[in-house]
Amino acid sequence: MSIDNKTVRKVSKLAKIRINEQEEKKLIEELNNILGWVDELKKVDTEKIEPMLSVFNESMVMRRDEVFSETSDELVLKNAPESKSGFFVVPKVVE
Amino acid sequence: MTDFKNLDISTAKECLLKKEFSSLELTEFFIDRIEKSNLNCFITNTFENAIEMAKESDKKISKNREIRDLEGIPIGMKDLFCTEGVRTTAGSKILENFVPFYESTVSNNLISDGAVILGKTNMDEFAMGSANTTSFFGNVINPLKSSEENTKDLVPGGSSGGSASSVAANLCMAATGSDTGGSIRQPASFCGLVGLKPSYGRCSRFGMIAFASSLDQAGPITKTVKDAALMLQSMSSYDEKDSTSSRKPIPQYLDFLNFDIKGKKIGLPTEYKVEGLNSDIVKVWDDTINLFKKNGAEIVNISLPHTSFALPTYYIIAPAEASANLARYDGVKYGFRENSDDLEDMYELTRAKGFGDEVKRRLMIGTYVLSAGYYDAYYLKALKVRQLISDDFKSAFEKCDVILTPTTPNVAFPIGEKQNDPIEMYLNDVLTVPASLAGLPAISVTAGKNSNNLPIGMQVIGRPFDEISILAAGKLIEEYRGF
Repeated sequence: MSIDNKTVRKVSKLAKIRINEQEEKKLIEELNNILGWVDELKKVDTEKIEPMLSVFNESMVMRRDEVFSETSDELVLKNAPESKSGFFVVPKVVE
Repeated sequence: MTDFKNLDISTAKECLLKKEFSSLELTEFFIDRIEKSNLNCFITNTFENAIEMAKESDKKISKNREIRDLEGIPIGMKDLFCTEGVRTTAGSKILENFVPFYESTVSNNLISDGAVILGKTNMDEFAMGSANTTSFFGNVINPLKSSEENTKDLVPGGSSGGSASSVAANLCMAATGSDTGGSIRQPASFCGLVGLKPSYGRCSRFGMIAFASSLDQAGPITKTVKDAALMLQSMSSYDEKDSTSSRKPIPQYLDFLNFDIKGKKIGLPTEYKVEGLNSDIVKVWDDTINLFKKNGAEIVNISLPHTSFALPTYYIIAPAEASANLARYDGVKYGFRENSDDLEDMYELTRAKGFGDEVKRRLMIGTYVLSAGYYDAYYLKALKVRQLISDDFKSAFEKCDVILTPTTPNVAFPIGEKQNDPIEMYLNDVLTVPASLAGLPAISVTAGKNSNNLPIGMQVIGRPFDEISILAAGKLIEEYRGF
């Protein structure tokens, strides 16, 4: 499986990272190298193997549905690049 | 000013309690050293807070009341742990101005135990790197030099490079690190220190900036094995704010001091004699094997047949998880934003300018292996191989109690090397990644030096939650290494 410029552009769209032509060229080469290297895994017979989702094998419990720390809107918004009247501000999306 | 270099935590604690010196003196000593250092170990200093904390500790000591386990001990905090009111960057431009309004559980545990936080240590961006050369805040320099080329600056390893370098340079007594594929053990090895990655689930991940959630685990970087036990004791806790935090009882880690290695079985995995393993390292490995033999341990050859697949597996799983975790950096809620009139443009430009090259590379790989049409071939396949790697360890631990391997295939290298090919950098972690994938506890302890006087670390891997055995094995290496 090799990555071409179409794939890199598609992936950069999905990852929401803008890339220029020069970066695109470099990424095609690097990603192909890395994917070629991980292709090694195809040699492993995994037919009867279940995927391992986590090493954590204790039973998961639902956390208590309680507020354990009260945080003010003001604190939450303090790190926002732009906020107004208690809201995060983004570029206009509806006309 | 008294010279507090080379002081370990337990000695410092004793002296503080006997009032031979105060925490304030100790703290000021390290502040002075940090100010004079040019190794770029810290991203943010918290000297004012530190002095307040030290005074508070001195008060408790003078009243001999409520003295806590790490009372007045100055440490460094990896900039991956969110600290309330103190900028936390994860080494990234995208979080350059992020000031959390909450405290990570690990840093909270340490502060509650009386530790004095000197500042936030430099690291590879989002913990992605093995040389601390991907930080937005610049490279960290290893205080150690090769005796052959003593003008060249060496890397401290990564991603916890600032933590390791600051402990090695005596800028703090100990530091926190985080390990996803080797980020505690590898820098500890490169800087001649002790680095301990606990079992997955032992330290809470709450407030630790996520890289790959199924692998990330916090742990200490210290000068001695005993200090590692003291730090680990404080950092460990069950935490309901982390759904994968373990409820298993936490032992008294200092009990490792009474643990006899005699009669224990030390496993040697033949597969760890990887291509490119440095010959000086092979020699130190052999010497260490003999040391265990001499002390009554039994040496057992074991096989971990899927070892060579661990690194490719890791470089699918970790980027895949990262691509999901780092989706949150969108220029809206916190961090850097590149302005644009269009929302999609704003997202794409923010992430293009906010992330560095290595992070972008991994996000691209992660997005690709999770995308429609490739998920089964890459991600699902990697999860299955991860199971096989974990099964390898399970069978091996039927034959042995701990596994002894080198930590890294090579010693610390000059800054600027291994920068052209990402895979060359990734190979640094070939010996540490398997234990991460299996969630096992592992420690790196300096066991020898190469001909250029650079430290060589040995790794001891234990059964799940058997940190005591690896501490005991580490102690033996430390005791007999002859320096």
